[in-house]
Amino acid sequence: MASLIAGGVDCDVHPAVPHLTSLLPYLNDYWRDQVTTRGMVDLVSQSYPKNSPIVARPDWRPENGKPGESLADMQRHVLDPFQLKHAICNPLYGVQMVFSEDMQTAFCRALNEWLAKEWLDRDSRLRGSIVIPTQTVEKSVVEIERCAQDKRFVQVLMLVMGDTPLGKRALWPIYEAAERLDLPIGIHAGSAYHNPPTAVGWGSYHIEDYAGQAQAFQTQLTSLIVEGVFAKYPRLKMVMLESGVSWLSPYLWRLHKFWRGVRMETPWVDRAPLEIVRSNIRFSLQPFDAPPDEATLIRLFDHMQSDQLVLFSTDYPHWQFDGQDALPAGLTPDLVRKIMIDNPHATYPRLT
Amino acid sequence: MNIQFRESQEAASPLISKTAIADCDIHPARATRTELYPYLAKRWQHHLEVYGVHAYQGMMEGPPYPKAQPNASRRDAYPPEGGPQGSSLSFMQKQLLDPNNVQLGVLNPLNTGQGIRNHDLSAALCSAVNDWQIDKWTSKDKRLKASIVVGNEDGLSAAAEIRERAGDKNFVQVLLLSRNVEPLGQRRYWPIYQAAEEAGLPVGVHAFGFGGNPITPSGWPSYYIEEMVGHSQCQQSALASLVLEGVFERFPKLKMVMIEAGFGWAPSLAWRLDKVWQRLRSEVPHVKRPPSEYIREQVWWTTQPMEDPESREDLFDVIKWIGWDRLLFATDYPHWDYDEPSRVLPAGVSEANREAFYLGNARALYGIN
Repeated sequence: MASLIAGGVDCDVHPAVPHLTSLLPYLNDYWRDQVTTRGMVDLVSQSYPKNSPIVARPDWRPENGKPGESLADMQRHVLDPFQLKHAICNPLYGVQMVFSEDMQTAFCRALNEWLAKEWLDRDSRLRGSIVIPTQTVEKSVVEIERCAQDKRFVQVLMLVMGDTPLGKRALWPIYEAAERLDLPIGIHAGSAYHNPPTAVGWGSYHIEDYAGQAQAFQTQLTSLIVEGVFAKYPRLKMVMLESGVSWLSPYLWRLHKFWRGVRMETPWVDRAPLEIVRSNIRFSLQPFDAPPDEATLIRLFDHMQSDQLVLFSTDYPHWQFDGQDALPAGLTPDLVRKIMIDNPHATYPRLT
Repeated sequence: MNIQFRESQEAASPLISKTAIADCDIHPARATRTELYPYLAKRWQHHLEVYGVHAYQGMMEGPPYPKAQPNASRRDAYPPEGGPQGSSLSFMQKQLLDPNNVQLGVLNPLNTGQGIRNHDLSAALCSAVNDWQIDKWTSKDKRLKASIVVGNEDGLSAAAEIRERAGDKNFVQVLLLSRNVEPLGQRRYWPIYQAAEEAGLPVGVHAFGFGGNPITPSGWPSYYIEEMVGHSQCQQSALASLVLEGVFERFPKLKMVMIEAGFGWAPSLAWRLDKVWQRLRSEVPHVKRPPSEYIREQVWWTTQPMEDPESREDLFDVIKWIGWDRLLFATDYPHWDYDEPSRVLPAGVSEANREAFYLGNARALYGIN
């Protein structure tokens, strides 16, 4: 394994909301009453069943409660041993599954306030992502503008599987606000389960949903590129979180070939997809979906033709590696520095 | 692509006439709207006239994403006697089979009875297409071999159609499409795999089809290019389903061919499946070995549309990771994104690998000498 360096940025850690009732202090009277009167249950997405092996490393799994719900554990498991300067908190609480735009708006706002008070206030290394109620673009923009006043929020967070492809024009006000406020859009693995979790229907297993995240990221990249999001918002960065990276180059070879063939259909796409990805799209490191041999890793990075695409992540508390082996073997010291420090800072302007 | 083909035809012809090839993805078309009627009961002819096919998509005619060219086919492939591209055997011989020295051409009919909500009509149309492939194509040109198309959503009737055709040397595989009502590993499709394995026929899974699911896990996108690129993601999900439902474990002699969905994604998918299987195998105890082993042993890939990296070394990496013995050359004739035989493989390939890629692998898989 390559050697870690101090002062890095972990771009994907997951603080857990202990229970829906943990958000009650951040809800108004109406929603507090709704939650209790209606007996609403905890919003846990089946993308991440609490006891699934992949959801927490055995030595990161607490005796009680949800993996990732304790700040002291996160400090002990990643912030301290990895000598991190910053870690970006991406809460995966199941608020995106809600259908009511009002309820979703209330829950997202509560979640963001909970993150600021119970995590960002308690460890100065932590930074946050703004979770938005994508059922309503208008209120998503309001929530982005509200949270953006707090400079510790460094990105907007969306799920890779939502109601519509992410390039759709109806969502563009979100991207306008994000670009204006120096917030990259983080697109994280997981589904709102408003559509079947694969493009060929509902599979039977959790493992199928998890493996299938890679295909979901591929379709979203296509949508974002061909709809023209980056022609309209050229300064906007998007970060694929917990996406895997080994699929990227072959995927781009195919997209590039077809774009050359049918670009008359989307004439506003003014640059080749390969160039758009190099300038606007980034990927978190874990889970690194390649075999553990140096030769393959070197070829995969050669295929990407860029050393700026990958950002360090542990994906804490998910079980993607053991011990301190977050960096796959074969990375040069120069590339380690880029992945751990330079690339995250170039991607997140608010990360100071 | 046809423009490149026209530019290169003169220069390339003398060279390619020397190399015998297999073309593992040819799309035969009907010359007229009613060309299948002689193979259909009166009841179904009437049904089609009154109700149409009633597919798992909304359009009475044509696809929901308009293609880049008429019938998604080359403009230079219209037969001189009329009819759509791919509908004339004599013109296919003249334009594809003879000049490219095609020794084996595998027919994959696309507008069949698949993706239709009325499963009785689906079975009747598929059976008609199978008869039509013999009459119009394979009985008239021995280089051509047919695929058994089956009513995909009704596993039992599909298996009956396979058993009916088993042993008929006109057919070399069973044909499914990637997009169905459920992912292809689901049990409703297992009778198809069982019958194919018994008959010793590979199952080809061609990109496309309709099953009612949006073509992304986030809903319907806007453009044809998204559908085109998306076929590779559909194929990945379908293959993951086949592995994780234990189809390859249950049917160890089953061979499957991934057709027209690219192959560059295969190593990454296999690595990813292996990695998550290490973590989550307790959920799928019926998957007894690392997923990559089933894929390496039981899956083949047609080449078109070939991924086009800037550096040929990148392409060679991917082929090496998949195995030179697993690729089957295909043109996709007469579709517009046709791959020209003399141009797809860069220089720097050994003679043995080149022969396997163009012909040997297909002959071995399909049992054709």
